[in-house]
Amino acid sequence: MTFLLFAEQMLNGLQFGIMLFLMAAGLTLVFGVMGLINLAHGSLYMIGAFAAAAVAGATGSFVLALIASLAAAAAAGALIELTVIRRLYKRDHLDQVLATFALILILSEGTRWVFGSFPLYLDVPSYLSGPVTLPGGIQYPLYRLAIIVAGLVVAGGLFALIARTRIGIQIRAGEADREMIAALGIDISRLYTLVFALGAALAGLAGALVGAIQSVQVGMGEPVLILAFVVIVIGGIGSIKGALVGALLVGMTDTMGGVLLPRFFALFLDPSAATTVGASLGSMLIYILMAVVLIMRPSGLYGSA
Amino acid sequence: MTRESYINAGLTFLLVLVPFWAWSTGQAYILTLCTKVAILALAGVGLNIALGLGGLVSFGHAAFFGIGGYAMGILASHAQTFDPIMDWPILIEGTKSMPVIWLVAVVASSLAALLIGALSLRTSGVYFIMITLAFGQMLYYFTIGWPAYGGEDGLSIYVRNSFPGLNTLVPVQFLILSYVVLGLALLFSARLARAPFGLALTAARQNADRVETVGIAPYRLRLVAFVISGSITGLAGALFADLNRFISPTMFSWHTSGEIMIFVILGGVGRLYGPVAGAALFILLEHLLGGVSEYWKIFLGALLLAVVLFARGGLIGTLAGREVAHG
Repeated sequence: MTFLLFAEQMLNGLQFGIMLFLMAAGLTLVFGVMGLINLAHGSLYMIGAFAAAAVAGATGSFVLALIASLAAAAAAGALIELTVIRRLYKRDHLDQVLATFALILILSEGTRWVFGSFPLYLDVPSYLSGPVTLPGGIQYPLYRLAIIVAGLVVAGGLFALIARTRIGIQIRAGEADREMIAALGIDISRLYTLVFALGAALAGLAGALVGAIQSVQVGMGEPVLILAFVVIVIGGIGSIKGALVGALLVGMTDTMGGVLLPRFFALFLDPSAATTVGASLGSMLIYILMAVVLIMRPSGLYGSA
Repeated sequence: MTRESYINAGLTFLLVLVPFWAWSTGQAYILTLCTKVAILALAGVGLNIALGLGGLVSFGHAAFFGIGGYAMGILASHAQTFDPIMDWPILIEGTKSMPVIWLVAVVASSLAALLIGALSLRTSGVYFIMITLAFGQMLYYFTIGWPAYGGEDGLSIYVRNSFPGLNTLVPVQFLILSYVVLGLALLFSARLARAPFGLALTAARQNADRVETVGIAPYRLRLVAFVISGSITGLAGALFADLNRFISPTMFSWHTSGEIMIFVILGGVGRLYGPVAGAALFILLEHLLGGVSEYWKIFLGALLLAVVLFARGGLIGTLAGREVAHG
């Protein structure tokens, strides 16, 4: 394996990890602040992608499409929070899992009803298409590089929001002690809606950004949702730092495992068997990683409980 | 008799009456639907032991359902091609005999449940939900990437497996077979709930610390419950594969786990007949609404949401009034 290919796969892993972080951040915030496990987070990712594809199709502008994905996912998130989710905060996890599973059924079939079963396509804008040459002679698609940068900027913004702003203080206080911040005069239900909408907007943005690489279709959120759960479980549920570390770990493991394992097995198996064994083991690798992390640290890398 | 046992008796009566009517009027399709209800209910009975009695929210029971299905698929496909599964160190041939397939399905899914349970039960709460989900997905991706038995496309078994003394290709005979298995599982489940083991398990759900104080280890109780639960769901998977004469990685998907959970919740968690009522309602909705709109899952979602938000005891809980045995 050449250095160039290796570097390219590292970048792919990084890009995947950053996108997973955008998904996982909302999940882990919602769990940390409200104690809610939200399976419908993948639907918000899907809504963001569909909104972006629809707006890009109508206006031709990629920037407007990204704005639409943020707005549509945030609005859908706020609506879901106000109508359904806020009734679930005091329920046990089983009720939360079921109610949000029901939301997935409603949102997925609803989207299929509106947009049909055929995938939509979201084109990479011309100013971001084509390869770019990085130091060391690595050829890499400009768009993927752009989403790495965009994801890092958003992640930085999120950390700044949580560490430096008044809203961030309220969010952290909400994680520590709900009753206390309500007693201090903060409108807790407004804070909850805000946090939920923020998480939804991040998921919607991730959906739109990834939608330009893959196709936009119903059910696209589910594999990502499950990976995002793996991420927050590895990182420790409720921890943003854990989500970042977990996302990068999962992104790298999944990408590099898929590339390296078949080559590893090729050392002592015949080529077709090596490809088969390597590919199936590669797709199981992150779940094995998660099981190992949970066995070593039952509440994740940065979990508190 | 409590009101719940009247409801159970009524449900049993309906579940016998409908196929009898379908059989006498020659509607084979309805018979197949009833068989499907019985088999899915069986999967739910399995999950209900972990979920209802043990309070273990397993979001990965598709793993056992799928293992049962693949046990059937692997054995039957080798018998179909007369190609032994392995010939070294001992010769193992495929088989088309249901009792053998069931035994293999139960043993394989119990072993999987033992392994998955032993690891997962070290965690609790959301982590338990997530790690069981992850194990299910792990097997899902494994079967997708495993070409020997069809990979992503799945595998067809051309002739239904045989049961001594029966012709399983006759719908009503396969239906009766499935009903008998479901009946035995319900009987077992009812006895289990009242046995010392079931009582200790219920106590461990309600207050694990107290159970530990009187000298019973909750971990071992839960692990045994998880294994029993997984093995029954595995048996259901083998029957389900035989009903469709088809296996595919979908049996392992998290939607399957979600659906098995829906049967239990729609019917009523921890209720003996909960999975039966839930599976019957699910198939009824699929059949009725599926004819009205291809987007019938919107209605299923809305109903599930309504049950979770407003009718917390499920169908049986709503009809039978306050929860009697399970707090």
